Amino acid sequence: MTTNKLLLALALVLVMTMVSAAAPRGDRWTTEEVGLLSSLSLRELGPVPADPTNRVADDPRAAELGRKLFFDTRLSANGQVSCATCHIPEKEFQDGAPLAKGVGVTNRRTMPVAGMAHSPFLFWDGRKDSLWAQALGPLESPVEHGGSREQYATAIAAHYRSDYEAVFGTMPPRSTRDAATAVFVNMGKAIAAYERTIDYAPSRFDRYADVLQDTGRAPEGVLSADEVAGLRLFIGKASCTNCHNGPLFTNNEFHNTGVPARAGLPADSGRLAGADAVLRDEFNCRSRWSDRRSKCAELDFLVTGDHVLERAFKVPSLRNVADRAPYMHAGQFTTLSAVIDHYNRAPEAPAGHSELEPLRLNAQERRQIEAFLRSLSGDTRQ
Amino acid sequence: MKTRTAFVATLVVAAAMAVTGCGHVMMMMHGKNVARPAAIEFGTGPRASASREFTATLQPDQPLRPRRMHTVRVAITDAAGIPIDNATIQVDGGMPQHGHGLPTRPRVTGALGNGLYEIEGVRFNMGGWWEFKLAINAASGSDVVTFNLAL
Repeated sequence: MTTNKLLLALALVLVMTMVSAAAPRGDRWTTEEVGLLSSLSLRELGPVPADPTNRVADDPRAAELGRKLFFDTRLSANGQVSCATCHIPEKEFQDGAPLAKGVGVTNRRTMPVAGMAHSPFLFWDGRKDSLWAQALGPLESPVEHGGSREQYATAIAAHYRSDYEAVFGTMPPRSTRDAATAVFVNMGKAIAAYERTIDYAPSRFDRYADVLQDTGRAPEGVLSADEVAGLRLFIGKASCTNCHNGPLFTNNEFHNTGVPARAGLPADSGRLAGADAVLRDEFNCRSRWSDRRSKCAELDFLVTGDHVLERAFKVPSLRNVADRAPYMHAGQFTTLSAVIDHYNRAPEAPAGHSELEPLRLNAQERRQIEAFLRSLSGDTRQ
Repeated sequence: MKTRTAFVATLVVAAAMAVTGCGHVMMMMHGKNVARPAAIEFGTGPRASASREFTATLQPDQPLRPRRMHTVRVAITDAAGIPIDNATIQVDGGMPQHGHGLPTRPRVTGALGNGLYEIEGVRFNMGGWWEFKLAINAASGSDVVTFNLAL
């Protein structure tokens, strides 16, 4: 009897200990978890990396010229489209539409601009390898700005000659296509210099992670219990940090996550075509328009022609994600909860192979992850 | 009496399952039921190849960190410690628990002599356990050395 009572008491103590260990841990994080959370903090980002392909990347005069060009609708076929038509500063430098609309309609969603200088490849398929090469794409796209380099070189001579020459030297006589291209390329380099100044401001998550790292204790009143639970799922059960890692919540890579095709659009092979395109690109790191043509490591060691690239798309940053619906490369999902539901179900990809596996998150867990994602909002600075 | 003992035993077993089961579920979550090697198996070497033909040591240009492009030198010797020159080396790797390979195609870009080779284009795109494999082909034989790296 006495032995049994003792055994019962011991068992109860054991059960209570184990139950408390299995219960939600709230703001208590292990050393390893604190390290992981601080690796996601904006203060880990560091300065914008140098761009040796753009000699004016960090020239403030180039950035100022680039800012003017960014907002100038004269740089389009119909005089109504500027970069800011789709990259709207008040909206995270995007447009809130599933497909971008310039002089026509594109097949993809507008991407935000902040923090992009940290990415080795641009666009959803990574078909450009610098901000300046990226900026030139939409200018000559028939459905975006819709104009030609010759038209833009004429516009620069007419409206920006002194600003241009202060940065790049005397404008070439516009007798050849090469001369027009030289001006066109410099427009891209000026716009890139401006875009390099656009970055993210800290969010509530950053304050939480920074205080936790600095003091060893989570701050009170910064994140709600649901947001903290969502953060724990984000780095744990839901495996979000497999791709959304680092201070910009992206590994800058390309993955097939089984995102459904958007009705009415042509088949889109994503990175498979993008990797080939960047190697062939007229304005890539190795091109004669680049200010450094050797040691283009991103191209030299590029993965091409691999089946895993089929319908893989760029992993976007999750900073300010709650402020820029709709989601995915063609705006397939209108809400964050629809995105989380997609990752939870992990449906088969319309082409290629989805890397997802079902997460088996219950409704409460899905809500908690969404709550956490909403804590990633801060300002966009320029 | 017997009922109570059985009840106690059930409680203990249930509690134990609650704890150990949790870790099991986490493993299943990733779908690839591959156990992470013991801590002693990790690091940049010296590391013996599978058949102990060679010993290789990695020398990264800077501490390996996720999302950064690295250049990594590798020093290769035979089992007796004599440097191996004129080897060809194929680079491969990935994350066994996630079922994916390296995000870039790194390759040997220079033989520096004295068994030292330079590998460029090395990048790891997330934290965690990575394998970094070198298939070494030398006059004396061929073998594969697999490094376990914790990013």
